[in-house]
Amino acid sequence: MSILVGRDTRLVVQGITGREGEFHARAMREYGTQIVAGVTPGKGGQTALDGAVPVYDTVEEAVRDSGANTSCIFVPAAGAPDAVLEAAAAGIATIFCITEGIPALDMIPVVEMVRARGARLIGPNCPGATSPGRAKVGIIPGPIHREGRVGVVSRSGTLTYEAVQAMTDAGLGQSTCLGIGGDPVIGTTFLDALQLFAADEETDAIVLIGEIGGAAEETAAAWAAAHLADVPKVAFIAGRTAPEGKRMGHAGAIISGGAGTAASKVEALEAAGFRVAGSPTELPGLLRDAGYRG
Amino acid sequence: MKIQEADAKSLLLAQSLPVPDWEVAHTADGARIAAERFFAGGAERVVIKAQVLVGGRGKAGGVKLAASPDEAAQVADAILGMDIKGMTVRKVLVGAAAEIVKEFYLSAVLDRAEGRILLMGSAEGGVEIEQVALVHPEAIIRRHADPLLGLLDYQARDLAFAMGLGGHLKAAVAIAKGLVTTMRAYDADLVEINPLAIVREAGPDGAPVERLVCLDAKVTLDDSALARHPGLEALRDPDDEAPEDREAREAGLTFIKLDGTIGCMVNGAGLAMTTMDLVKRAGGEPANFLDIGGGARADKVAAAMRIILDDRKVNAILVNIFGGITRGDEVARGLIEARAQQTRDVPMIVRIVGTNAAEAAVLLEQARFQTAASLDEAAAKAVEASRGTGAAA
Repeated sequence: MSILVGRDTRLVVQGITGREGEFHARAMREYGTQIVAGVTPGKGGQTALDGAVPVYDTVEEAVRDSGANTSCIFVPAAGAPDAVLEAAAAGIATIFCITEGIPALDMIPVVEMVRARGARLIGPNCPGATSPGRAKVGIIPGPIHREGRVGVVSRSGTLTYEAVQAMTDAGLGQSTCLGIGGDPVIGTTFLDALQLFAADEETDAIVLIGEIGGAAEETAAAWAAAHLADVPKVAFIAGRTAPEGKRMGHAGAIISGGAGTAASKVEALEAAGFRVAGSPTELPGLLRDAGYRG
Repeated sequence: MKIQEADAKSLLLAQSLPVPDWEVAHTADGARIAAERFFAGGAERVVIKAQVLVGGRGKAGGVKLAASPDEAAQVADAILGMDIKGMTVRKVLVGAAAEIVKEFYLSAVLDRAEGRILLMGSAEGGVEIEQVALVHPEAIIRRHADPLLGLLDYQARDLAFAMGLGGHLKAAVAIAKGLVTTMRAYDADLVEINPLAIVREAGPDGAPVERLVCLDAKVTLDDSALARHPGLEALRDPDDEAPEDREAREAGLTFIKLDGTIGCMVNGAGLAMTTMDLVKRAGGEPANFLDIGGGARADKVAAAMRIILDDRKVNAILVNIFGGITRGDEVARGLIEARAQQTRDVPMIVRIVGTNAAEAAVLLEQARFQTAASLDEAAAKAVEASRGTGAAA
């Protein structure tokens, strides 16, 4: 099973002929992801990845010809919101937007429109998702994963890699590792991710990697307390030393008016039954302490 | 990006919001000339307000009234050069002092939890809204703008009635909608009017009339959108940005200076915060947050190293790279190049894992860098190195 990406993922890469798009499409394909199409307006009829993937002018054509059900977007920030809307209009069910630096207000109508179409958006400014041994969509390095039954969800990129590597090194494999993105307005929240993992028969434990800013960790924690009471779950929160009022790299990582602090998140997570690690390397041990025997 | 009150007011004015006239002065004489104009226009007193990018200007003595042009010059002279929360006042806003009947609060802000624009209004204006939220949360009226259509008329009316602005309904609706228009026009993530005030003025026939106006304005802009508003870059306050911040921004690095002694260079914002946290946990103090970004090349690494070393308090450096898009050997080459150029010798602990980590390890070993395998080990070694040099100095 796993969540969001798997063996039945049929991927279209929007922006496949760009530098980033080409590089990561190749890595995804090497990992075993079925890439059925690419889209670059004006390059329809060409092929990408050494002739292996047909390129289309529009997502609609790509879907009609290839049966794509998932999209991964590497389009630059100025065109990325439109690329998301194009994918949703073409009937793509799961849309990953990797693009960084999209103005926050642009995403408000986009998130609404995607929802109205019944599609799911992950990101923007996210590293994507990997279901180890099945498929990966996005830019998370493949070799850090190991097949297993722990669901990992994170707001970050390289910090996710750090946590996943620690799990793999300790022999704890993952069902799906998902990065939801560090922007203020995103399509899939921690709460959404926990609900997906809760419904997944192949996920037996949860790792949540949060950071300062907003209250998404607190909201997810409250839900987990009620619905994931018996599931072993651990968390890590980045930004304990972050000063108030400064944007820590991610557009969404800011403590304002005393809200969104690491302390508030740690408290909410612990109250909800999460064991909270002081370092990503402690996550596997804490998961064992929480009773996980995978 | 934060902008000054006077600039925020210009943006509101451009969207046809009612903002009383003002002038900006950089000198006491300039304030006198501006004041003369307002007195000639019939003002009984003028207000002089420090233009600094911090809250609480009034409490700090940065907002004062004057009853004559001479007094305006004296007051401006006292305020100019004043230090308010670490910021030096270099200019003042001068305007006619309003006769305030009642003060309100109104703002439009990006509500990330809902993914919508949130309007917040209160009949308790002129005080810090955070205080109102603590003491009388029920006194704050909240309404979300429609995600596709913006703030609709009925929503604005509803907000105005709930705030007790039924007597100024038309003006209140126009201002509430204007805040959302302003937000969207300039990609602001906050537009705040505190106070929004009913003021008493002389009408065209000399009889007093009441009017709803924006007496103060605070706007912050979305950094991700500045590229499509070329005019707004000019509003960046050079005093709000230290030289090292400017150098970092121009090099495409995200840098935030802190108080400690251990410089940090990391790829990725979440991992950069984590690295700071682990330095602190190991008993040290991080000197900065620095994210070199994805796919960083050697020259970017060298620029990052220069910025870190410019901070004289830094006595150890921790480099933590988890290669994904970023190639470890590129970073290693950048470090070697940077060390060859650096003017002072500071112990450096380097941890590079992920893409091309093996090639990086060979380069670092040849160059005799001190390396670490895990993040915890790297933090511990950096703290040890910082203490060692600290004791020697």
